[in-house]
Amino acid sequence: MSENKLDLNNIFDPDENNQSSSELAKPESKAPTVAKGINHYPRRTDIDPKAAKRAERQVATMFGLSALFTILFIVAYVAIPSSARISLPVFGVTSTSNLILGLTFGLAILLIGIGAIHWAKKLMSDVELVQERKVMQPKLEEQQAALDLARVGGQESGIGERKLIRRTLLGALSLFPLPFVVMLRDLGPAPKGELKETAWTRGLAVVTDVAYEKIRPEDIPVGNLVSAHPENIMEIQEEEHTLNARGKSAIILVRMRPEEIKSQQGEGWDYQGILAFSKICTHAGCPIALYEQRTHHLLCPCHQSIFDLSDSAKAIFGPARRRLPQLPIEVDSEGYLVARAGFQEPIGPSFWERS
Amino acid sequence: MFFALTMIAVSFAVVSNVASSSKVQAQIGSNETLVLKGSQLYAEGCSSCHGLQGQGGSDGPTLAGVGAASVHFQVSTGRMPLAAPGAQAVRKDPVYSEEEILALAAYISTFGPGPAIPAQDFIDQWVNASVAEGGELYRTNCAQCHNFAGSGGALTDGKYAPGLMAATPVQIYEAMISGPQAMPKFSDATLTPEDKLAVIRYIEELKKQENPGGLSLGRLGPVVEGLFIWTVGLGLLIGFAWWIGARVR
Repeated sequence: MSENKLDLNNIFDPDENNQSSSELAKPESKAPTVAKGINHYPRRTDIDPKAAKRAERQVATMFGLSALFTILFIVAYVAIPSSARISLPVFGVTSTSNLILGLTFGLAILLIGIGAIHWAKKLMSDVELVQERKVMQPKLEEQQAALDLARVGGQESGIGERKLIRRTLLGALSLFPLPFVVMLRDLGPAPKGELKETAWTRGLAVVTDVAYEKIRPEDIPVGNLVSAHPENIMEIQEEEHTLNARGKSAIILVRMRPEEIKSQQGEGWDYQGILAFSKICTHAGCPIALYEQRTHHLLCPCHQSIFDLSDSAKAIFGPARRRLPQLPIEVDSEGYLVARAGFQEPIGPSFWERS
Repeated sequence: MFFALTMIAVSFAVVSNVASSSKVQAQIGSNETLVLKGSQLYAEGCSSCHGLQGQGGSDGPTLAGVGAASVHFQVSTGRMPLAAPGAQAVRKDPVYSEEEILALAAYISTFGPGPAIPAQDFIDQWVNASVAEGGELYRTNCAQCHNFAGSGGALTDGKYAPGLMAATPVQIYEAMISGPQAMPKFSDATLTPEDKLAVIRYIEELKKQENPGGLSLGRLGPVVEGLFIWTVGLGLLIGFAWWIGARVR
């Protein structure tokens, strides 16, 4: 393998052509050479002219078909109305125009590619070649020249003698990054109470989501599921011009037989078996309402956390670790469901300041 | 004169009632022959699991108070009689004819009061309901389980929320009032009958949606689409790469 030794004259240098040196790299040594020591097996197309002719015809057929599909694309584009529909066995009803345009365009470009590769594989030269890797390290004298240049530059600028300039420059450079640090302040301000508070307070009536109607206990028979909000949610929303309050106050109401309730987060927080829980998953904040009325399990569609609503909404499966906060409810003098108090713990996913 | 008018009114009511009750009607249970027929069908097909008096047993829940709507939903969707015990009763071709289902519903509703089968002419009014309102109600109350496109989705322990594309408007309505299997009920007070029609309208609009891009991939969202392109798309690319690099003989 002595012939594979690195040729130090054959190194890469972008300034090579400007050099007056006679040590210019020999151009022929850069070209790839036929690999030695490898047995080259000729292909059938190299030996058999018929096979070569056949391969040639195959490649030409693919290019020809590609041209045909391009023409078909243009014809289909003009001829097929976008409203046309076609029914296919697996795909179902789909747009004829989309289907034909996609097929013809896709086949047109695919056949060019397949033809080109077939051509390269069967007919173009397949002799194994070796091309030497280029050496990245500059020559020793070039390294020295660069160092000399830096030293001369330093001397000519006088940075060594002119202390005033040197010190003010160093001061300016060290101060310059400060604005980037100061701008980190824009990441704040740190949340105050808003992660711990919701729109729910004592006495606020529970209203259905979408219709915003007040709810009586008898409106929720056993096995029912109701998505709800506080009665003032629309006013808050119009005032704040955001959906933050809505996102935090969303609750679900379910009713189970009192004997099915194993535990609650507070004594008597239900109203005759009607339980209200935050709709926001304590893992990543997805709204959850996949309520199985027989098992009383609530399943989060995002990461499959499961909460047992009959047992204080404990997280019994999945990435969620904290229970869903329960909203204590009661009935007001008119017989409508109202909050007995706000949520007693922050709703939704965990955050740093959460105690 | 008054008697004659009353007679005309009554006969008109009877005729129109007969005309509108061609398929499903609300006031079953009054017809004794229907109940009798239902009791025979029940004894043959249902009592082994649900008990001779509908009291339930180890193999099936009690049917007291489930109501005609629940019976009609379960039997007309082929979920009952159960093909095999398991986590989920699966939709299949119904075993009983519509007439037999009505008889069963009439008999089972004698076990205890429950939601009645909605009248067909009421359900037919879904065509006049608001799609936008139905969409909002659907996304709030239904989409979490049945998917934004009505494709259904997984629940716990092998249970799943079925796709809605095969459900008829009557069946959708009955499911909402009777809460089959794991599904909660949606009472008329919190989701009014008009709201339910709007939900039906939205689901019917979903059924009409086409797949302009070709394969729907079950309309299950980005996970399935990603899986498809990562397996089929990447598989094709690997195949091409292998072909390009393969030795030629």
